[in-house]
Amino acid sequence: MTLITILGFILIVIGIWGMLSQSNIIKIIIGFSIVDTGIHLVMVSIGYLKDRTAPILDEAVGKAEALARVVDPVPSALVLTAIVIGLAVTALMLAYAVKLHEMKGSLDIHDLKELKW
Amino acid sequence: MIKKYAVLLLLGAFALMLLPFVTEVTPFEELSPVAQKYVKDGPDELGSANLVSSVIVTYRGLDTLGEVAVLFIAAAGVGFMLRRKGDVKKSLRREASGILRSGTVFLFPLVLLYGIYIFLHGHLTPGGGFQGGVVIASGIVLLLLADVSAKINGTVLQWIESLSGAVYVALGVLGIVLAAGFLDNRILPAGEFGRLLSAGAIPLIYSLIGLKVGAELVGIIDSMQKDEL
Repeated sequence: MTLITILGFILIVIGIWGMLSQSNIIKIIIGFSIVDTGIHLVMVSIGYLKDRTAPILDEAVGKAEALARVVDPVPSALVLTAIVIGLAVTALMLAYAVKLHEMKGSLDIHDLKELKW
Repeated sequence: MIKKYAVLLLLGAFALMLLPFVTEVTPFEELSPVAQKYVKDGPDELGSANLVSSVIVTYRGLDTLGEVAVLFIAAAGVGFMLRRKGDVKKSLRREASGILRSGTVFLFPLVLLYGIYIFLHGHLTPGGGFQGGVVIASGIVLLLLADVSAKINGTVLQWIESLSGAVYVALGVLGIVLAAGFLDNRILPAGEFGRLLSAGAIPLIYSLIGLKVGAELVGIIDSMQKDEL
């Protein structure tokens, strides 16, 4: 696979490490964002075909030769939507973090014992 | 200590799981059959030069509608979590510097114009409703940074958001009546390939998405900055 795919996988692993090992909620959210970015990279690189160009037709890439010259538009479309969803979910998580800090006065995950057994 | 090793073990197992993707999967040489159909028939069928836009707005239009709904729910969630009871605390921020203030006066209209340009040309160039909406929201952030006492009119935001969302769905339903199915862009004439007024309803739908996303993100920013601790 391409280098980009491997880098994406590395980002996913780093992000999961961050989510599992950090105890500050903000750092956990950052870990989630890193996983998100890694997944986007992997998806885009799967749709990428060697030596091809973006799926936008103009004078340089005509309708007739498009089939042989453009990359897969479907993963690009998926990643475009995934980026926006990631942004919204991150904002929602940060709002939770603000609320937790308001209630507990702390962002350490060990101070939140309600869901522990 | 044991937790640290458990995390490392889990990560090792996860990396091992991903290893076959790296070593055994070979990159594709050809487009997948679905993509082949989109690339071959898309330009003539829908008239959009940007094939990603034709996939997002028409071929997978329902997904995009769902995505807009997810974004709406997230924005509503943020607004719900960060709502203030009673009067808003007085802002503790100091006045913005002169550079920021005069820079904003110069840049804000340009940023706004650029956002509108991006979503209007979504069917011709890289870009579209989501990117344009985010650019517009970033312009509003600039405005809020420069003017500490600036207030966002929530009613106007809500109207922009709900109107564009309702018209988006109405256009989709119109596609069932006038064209082949829900969110079909051929309810308007296809026009000349590669011109601004082409690709049927794609520029219209992208403009609505741009307004909606911009309004939602401004709402998120507004509820976050109102809640200074």
